[in-house]
Amino acid sequence: MSAEDTYYVPDQSKLPIFASIGLFLTVFGAANWLNGNDSGPTLLYCGGLLFAFVLWTWFATVIKENNAGMNNAQLKRSYVWAMGWFIFSEFMFFAAFFGALFYIRNFAMPWLSGTGDRAIETGTILWPGFENVWPVMTTPDMAANGASATTTGPDLNMSFAEAESIWNWLPFWNTAVLLTSSITVHFAHTAIKNNQRKPFNIWLGITVALGFIFLVLQVEEYIEAYQHMGLTLESGIYGSTFFMLTGFHGAHVTLGTLMLLVMWLRSILKGHFKPDDQFGFEAASWYWHFVDVVWLGLFIFVYILG
Amino acid sequence: MSAHHGPAKGITRWLYTTNHKDIGTLYLWFSFAMFLLGGAFALVIRAELFEPGLQIIEPEFFNQMTTMHGLIMVFGAVMPAFVGLANWMIPLMIGAPDMALPRMNNWSFWILPFAFTMLTSTLFMDGGAPNFGWTFYAPLSTTYAPPSVTFFIFAVHIMGASSIMGSINIIATILNLRAPGMTLMKMPLFVWTWLITAYLLIAVMPVLAGVVTMMLMDIHFSTSFFDAAGGGDPVLFQHVFWFFGHPEVYIMILPAFGVISAIIPTFARKPLFGYASMVYATSSIAFLSFIVWAHHMFTVGMPVAGELFFMYATMLIAVPTGVKVFNWVTTMFRGSITFETPMLFSVAFVILFTIGGFSGLMLAIAPADFQYHDTYFVVAHFHYVLVPGAIFSIIAAVYYWLPKWCGNMYNETMGKAHFWTAFVGLNLTFFPMHFSGLAGMPRRIPDYNMMFADWNMLSSIGAFFFGASQLLFLFNVIATIRNGRKASDQVWENPEGLEWTLPSPAPYHTFTAPPKIG
Ligand code: HEM
Ligand SMILES: [Cu+2]
Repeated sequence: MSAEDTYYVPDQSKLPIFASIGLFLTVFGAANWLNGNDSGPTLLYCGGLLFAFVLWTWFATVIKENNAGMNNAQLKRSYVWAMGWFIFSEFMFFAAFFGALFYIRNFAMPWLSGTGDRAIETGTILWPGFENVWPVMTTPDMAANGASATTTGPDLNMSFAEAESIWNWLPFWNTAVLLTSSITVHFAHTAIKNNQRKPFNIWLGITVALGFIFLVLQVEEYIEAYQHMGLTLESGIYGSTFFMLTGFHGAHVTLGTLMLLVMWLRSILKGHFKPDDQFGFEAASWYWHFVDVVWLGLFIFVYILG
Repeated sequence: MSAHHGPAKGITRWLYTTNHKDIGTLYLWFSFAMFLLGGAFALVIRAELFEPGLQIIEPEFFNQMTTMHGLIMVFGAVMPAFVGLANWMIPLMIGAPDMALPRMNNWSFWILPFAFTMLTSTLFMDGGAPNFGWTFYAPLSTTYAPPSVTFFIFAVHIMGASSIMGSINIIATILNLRAPGMTLMKMPLFVWTWLITAYLLIAVMPVLAGVVTMMLMDIHFSTSFFDAAGGGDPVLFQHVFWFFGHPEVYIMILPAFGVISAIIPTFARKPLFGYASMVYATSSIAFLSFIVWAHHMFTVGMPVAGELFFMYATMLIAVPTGVKVFNWVTTMFRGSITFETPMLFSVAFVILFTIGGFSGLMLAIAPADFQYHDTYFVVAHFHYVLVPGAIFSIIAAVYYWLPKWCGNMYNETMGKAHFWTAFVGLNLTFFPMHFSGLAGMPRRIPDYNMMFADWNMLSSIGAFFFGASQLLFLFNVIATIRNGRKASDQVWENPEGLEWTLPSPAPYHTFTAPPKIG
């Protein structure tokens, strides 16, 4: 039977067990660190390095196998399914945080302030004076306990209403950057499908640069929040939801940018990807579109309606 | 080509394997080890509850035992056992050479021993193991949690990653690796139920990851998700948790439905009644399982509209579940039935799982649940769906397919002895809990009122009996593998399915070329 019609089942592999060890050391180190044990950071770094090394080797192996013609069309479909469902799982991860934001704004806030469907007195008895205003600048603790409150709100917030004009409102520029990058990555995709290596490299390079710019702007925004707006993880539920959503999104953009960067280097240095065989790149671009869509959700629900 | 190799020698066979049968075996043994560990914790609980008053352990440790028992059984015993069965059986049932992504398959498994070692090691940490119940409600699990909660959170993260990768693999295998001619509506129900379970897993494990991440942030980075002082809400925790939690209970039962749908036709010597309706019922259950979560929260203080919605939606689930029970009973109706061990466990499944379904319906009545909630009645309910439900189906599956796996037949008398001791033990343990619960005994307490003493003593005796019965299971499996009498290729009389067209034991590599499907 030719390689074309057998599904390639790899031989024994050392990769997964070392990936498990790397992953374990990473989280075990993180847990120790957070709990204040001295061994934490070392464990975390060792685990992270091992994990990164294993992943690198793993992807290299898969690429080698593909170039050796071991992956038939059916196996490639498995990778396609896998990436698709992985993105779906990421979608659900964000859904949990968006759901939390929705619940807080539509249920918890009214009830805490003694209004809404469950207008029983708990809110008014426990947190007298708390008003349902979003973004929460005055936390229930502040409303009830005044100066002795320990959980305090931010001084300023990130919502559109606070901005002087749209042109110096950072989230607007972030949106522009990310949306553009989704278009450029699409151009790159079209280019490689038409076997145009140079436009592919250029468009992909621009995408990576835009991803990087987004991250720089995002860091800028965080510095602004922490240093000038008194907006931190600790500033009540507004700070919690703001940083959780934007933070995890930022982490995903970082990962996506790295993925695209690797694809770019693969194309530039090794001439990888063919018009009919570029799933590595395609998967990264799907991921990129996905983080873009999540950003649109953020832009609407965290910034504009925030 | 690798396809013609036999297994490697020594420990590296298991560490480096990419073979779905090896990985299935690993999952199953791991799950059994966790079953014994979780069982040991349960026996500590039952020993303390043998009589009213505090005799053996401190209340603090009691809470750690209830928590660890639940976590280990759900995430360590039941879920991995079903993944093990999926690994062994799905490629054999659909005529695939292996799982779609064999290396990732190995990774999914080997995360688990690390995750559970980390989780169990919390028992030896300062402040003890997690003590907030397997549902880890905030603020018990945040403000008032022991420091070991951090390790618990990361353990949940990596076992979630394992589940997601396992599910992706299962979906890719089923959708992409079926032999030509194996159309979706020809797939065995076990494959169907796993396809849907995998979908549920990918949809809700990330939500679980989300909720533990919010806990982590509240604990270590002073966020306010579950803290009303900052504008958050502890009830938010419950919503997010049960959005994961209710589909999770179906994750633990849908593959069981698949197993039972394979076994009953074989021993009733009739094809399964209502195959298509089984597929649709499974899909409806999966869909409904996303919109009923707040039936766990009737007493938390929801708007009346919410109580009503979740009450009726929950009751709706009884309809497709009823369809399934009807189909199993109708399959048996006028069949020429024999009661080999797998069949005994399956018949018991149908009867006892239905009891659990009925107590579920009682709990679904919101005003009634105000009385039952957090009592032993709930404990009785979920143990009836999980022990003679999930666990019995796993045991039935092992007796049913073990001859195919290892090539040897188990000893029927010993199998029946295992069944009857387990059957008596579990009913003795859990049936009285209905009564103590209805009389008002709260769950998760180390001490109780004198009036509950008799039922509790019975429960404790039953629990030790059931525990001992599982040692018989271990013995049976080992004895079969080591010196059971040789099984035929078909094993049973005219069983349906591709797996029975293979030799016993199934060769290390099977269906390297896809079989012809008639
Ligand atoms: C007809 C089907 C079912 C209905 C109507 C139903 C209903 C319910 C309700 C209303 C509760 C909450 C009781 C309370 O806390 O006051 C509950 C708890 C529970 N159910 Fe079910 N259920 C059904 C089937 C199942 C199945 C198939 C499983 C698992 C295999 C399951 C596992 C559980 C578990 C584990 C709990 C308790 C969780 C906890 O609080 O620790 N149920 N059920
Ligand atoms: Cu439920």
